[in-house]
Amino acid sequence: MEKNRIIELQNISIALGGEQILKDLNLYINDKEFITLLGPSGCGKTTTLRIIAGFLAPDAGKVFFSGRDVTDVPPHKRQVNTIFQRYALFPHLNVYENIAFGLRVQKIKEPEIRATVTEMLALVNLKGFEKRNINSLSGGQQQRVAIARALAVKPRVLLLDEPLGALDLKLRKDMQVELKNIQQRLGITFVYVTHDQEEALSMSDTIVVMDGGVIQQVGTPIDIYNEPKNAFVADFIGESNILDGVMRDDLVAEFAGRRFDCLDKGFGKDEPVDVVIRPEDVDVVSVEKGMVCGDVTSVTFKGVHFEIIVDVDGFKWMIQTTDYVAPDARIGLYIEPDAIHIMKKSKYSGLYGDYSTFSDEIEMLSDVTYEKEGGEDEP
Amino acid sequence: MNRKDSLFKRVITAPYTVWMAIFVVVPIALVVYYALTDADGHFSAANITAIVDYGRTFRISIELALVSTAICLVMAYPLAYAIARMKARRQGTMIMLVMLPMWMNFLIRTYAWIAILADKGLINSFFQLLNPDFPGFKMIGTRGAVVLGMVYNFLPYMILPIYTVLTKIEQSTIEAAQDLGANRAQVFRRVLLPMSVPGIISGVTMVFVPAVSTFVISKLLGAGKTYLIGDIIENFFLGNTGTVNYNIGASLSLVLMLMILISMAVMNHFDKDESAGGML
Amino acid sequence: MKVLSKAYNILIFAFLYAPIAVMIFFSFNSAKSFRRFEGFSLRWYTELFQDQVILKSLYISLAVAALSAVIATLIGTLASVGIHSMRGAKKRVYLAVNNIPVTNPDIVTAISMMVLFVFFVTRLNMMEMGFGTLLISHITFNIPYVVLSVMPKLRGLNDNIYEAAQDLGCPPAKSFLKVVVPQISQGIVTGFIMAFTLSLDDFVISYFNSGSTAQTLPVTIYSMTKRPYSPKINALSTLLFVAVMILLLVVNLRKSGENKKEAKH
Repeated sequence: MEKNRIIELQNISIALGGEQILKDLNLYINDKEFITLLGPSGCGKTTTLRIIAGFLAPDAGKVFFSGRDVTDVPPHKRQVNTIFQRYALFPHLNVYENIAFGLRVQKIKEPEIRATVTEMLALVNLKGFEKRNINSLSGGQQQRVAIARALAVKPRVLLLDEPLGALDLKLRKDMQVELKNIQQRLGITFVYVTHDQEEALSMSDTIVVMDGGVIQQVGTPIDIYNEPKNAFVADFIGESNILDGVMRDDLVAEFAGRRFDCLDKGFGKDEPVDVVIRPEDVDVVSVEKGMVCGDVTSVTFKGVHFEIIVDVDGFKWMIQTTDYVAPDARIGLYIEPDAIHIMKKSKYSGLYGDYSTFSDEIEMLSDVTYEKEGGEDEP
Repeated sequence: MNRKDSLFKRVITAPYTVWMAIFVVVPIALVVYYALTDADGHFSAANITAIVDYGRTFRISIELALVSTAICLVMAYPLAYAIARMKARRQGTMIMLVMLPMWMNFLIRTYAWIAILADKGLINSFFQLLNPDFPGFKMIGTRGAVVLGMVYNFLPYMILPIYTVLTKIEQSTIEAAQDLGANRAQVFRRVLLPMSVPGIISGVTMVFVPAVSTFVISKLLGAGKTYLIGDIIENFFLGNTGTVNYNIGASLSLVLMLMILISMAVMNHFDKDESAGGML
Repeated sequence: MKVLSKAYNILIFAFLYAPIAVMIFFSFNSAKSFRRFEGFSLRWYTELFQDQVILKSLYISLAVAALSAVIATLIGTLASVGIHSMRGAKKRVYLAVNNIPVTNPDIVTAISMMVLFVFFVTRLNMMEMGFGTLLISHITFNIPYVVLSVMPKLRGLNDNIYEAAQDLGCPPAKSFLKVVVPQISQGIVTGFIMAFTLSLDDFVISYFNSGSTAQTLPVTIYSMTKRPYSPKINALSTLLFVAVMILLLVVNLRKSGENKKEAKH
């Protein structure tokens, strides 16, 4: 297992402009995996990437590449390459020369350069674009050139810093599939930075959720979604109802005013916990059959399902259901034991997972600010 | 930043740092030193108090420079506005035409006016052609000639920045004002003028500073009769028509420098927009 | 209104060009007079080219302009990159010092440097007023203009491209040359041209800092204006004007050619 680690970060700390960005961060990345650093803007994900690339030197800690300490190796001598947020193509060179740049630096012979560039252009579906001016390309095409340019020097690790952030939704979805394909075909390691949880879930082998310069959880997308470690992760990945609860015993949790059977164990007796229930895991039933009952306060049609907010004794639940429910109706909620996930209390407890102030409008607003901040993570 | 990289950046800035320190900062410090010492190098406020003797010269210099600046502004604005409203191709040509005279050395441009204004110059010749008994205007040696020289030399410096800000005002802004009921005068007073303040301010500075400190224009067109602050400074340093005295010369320069700094600070206070309409 | 505005424009341009027209016209006068045009002649042009003082000062002007522009462009461009990456108070101090020669009246810049040179000459006996001091003074007032024309280009630059080049294996200094310099080349060229023309055009700073051995053309012209009227100045001005016109025409033709080429793409 040990020899599969291509990159290892040990006890990394860094402050930029007087602000502590990363605190004692430890992370290892396996060879050939697609790993995503996921978190809100300012969480330190881009800084982590820049430390791996060599653009930033950590104040403390070490960076290993294939078991070799590369902490003091400058960027141009590292076997990693970066796809920058805004591509950073060289506007004075055409597509061919952009892709050939790294090869020319290595003084590779022209026929070989030509072969590699042609191969790379085919890989990113840009055959025939050799002579094109960078400024005449669309955002998606520039993105492809950036990928081709980085891959042309045959890196063992490709670092991608929110590469799809500037593209529109449709193009972003296409590029997600394409990037994943390229990664699998070439069999190299991708370290991908994003604040978009959907992107992370659909592309990654491993997700690293970060906040406040600290890694919150590392795991497969399914682990992260189903078994979030704390309220922050539960809230950041997908929608969650997070309730205050107490473990009465192994397999028995008490919340929302009653006891529920669950599948979690190993907590102390009567230990206060956070309880996560995903909106799609709650069944809407009649009042008589409900484990808890509440009043529907809002219903929003989402296409595939309805999103309803239910007030249960003052706590607002979000529930996704395919059956229509009338606003103001009183309904029962039914929760299977495997729909309940128990988390230890953390500093994030009580901050997330209540939908009492929730509205579509607020969600949209916060999305907008995300887009903006996502463009310029840490300085 | 990477450690090596910041070293690289420090190395490339070093020649500049050294150069500017020796040839900009030290000279200014020396001017201050001379201004505050006497001929023997002892501290003395005598040079500063001596400035009172030149109060009249300061006043005339400032007056003439202000009048020239005002004339430039009044002359330049309509032209700049007209050019800014032309088709793009035409604008380029017109701006070229405005800048072309500036490519001539300003000594030559000023000298050319002597030919026109002299007692036996073109203007007087013209009038004498009509009336042989015409006594002739006395123009060279008057303050009017000095102001004319200033306006002529520095007018393009006023046109260009005003033109630049005016091109940035979109036609739709003016149309919006008209749409809201503003007439021509109101559009000008309430929209165009406030929006062109940054250009006016940089134009005023670019005209006023060389005008208030000139000594060539006053020498050539003022025929030595209109004595400006620049003439006095020149004399104290080169002693063409008097004794060399670096100390008083330095204190006069210091006052001139401070005066301009203060007036620019005041101007910038009015100009909240940081991106003033520069020349280039 | 339109007619009025047109008439006004023509009036202003007449004002701007009248003296130049007069100079050009009288440069071809066979007599040494501003009053009467006595017949076409190239007399003043031939005399001009026999005037060793003028020719020498022309040579000095060109030499100082070229040398000071090259040196100022080098120092200024490198410094711009350094200043661009600075932050906070340090950057503000650098920009403020950079602005001193730009905002100060020429005469203050001129006498401040003269004081420095005289200080070295009289107290330390290190140098003499002459070509050296002239060159130093021109470099000094050129550097800030180079910085001012390169900095905006750096601001418009995607900082990542410098990193991208290193990322692809290029060492820092080489990355700078291969990707940053081409991006800011327009600013560098503008800075160079500005430095060259400002230096060529300068009178005040040269007047105080050239001594008697290295007079630039404007300084020579100034001393000519103090002597009795000589139409040689007219001939010289006409030649300079024509030279500038040709230069601007070439530059503009090249520019419009480039625009066309770009439009074709």
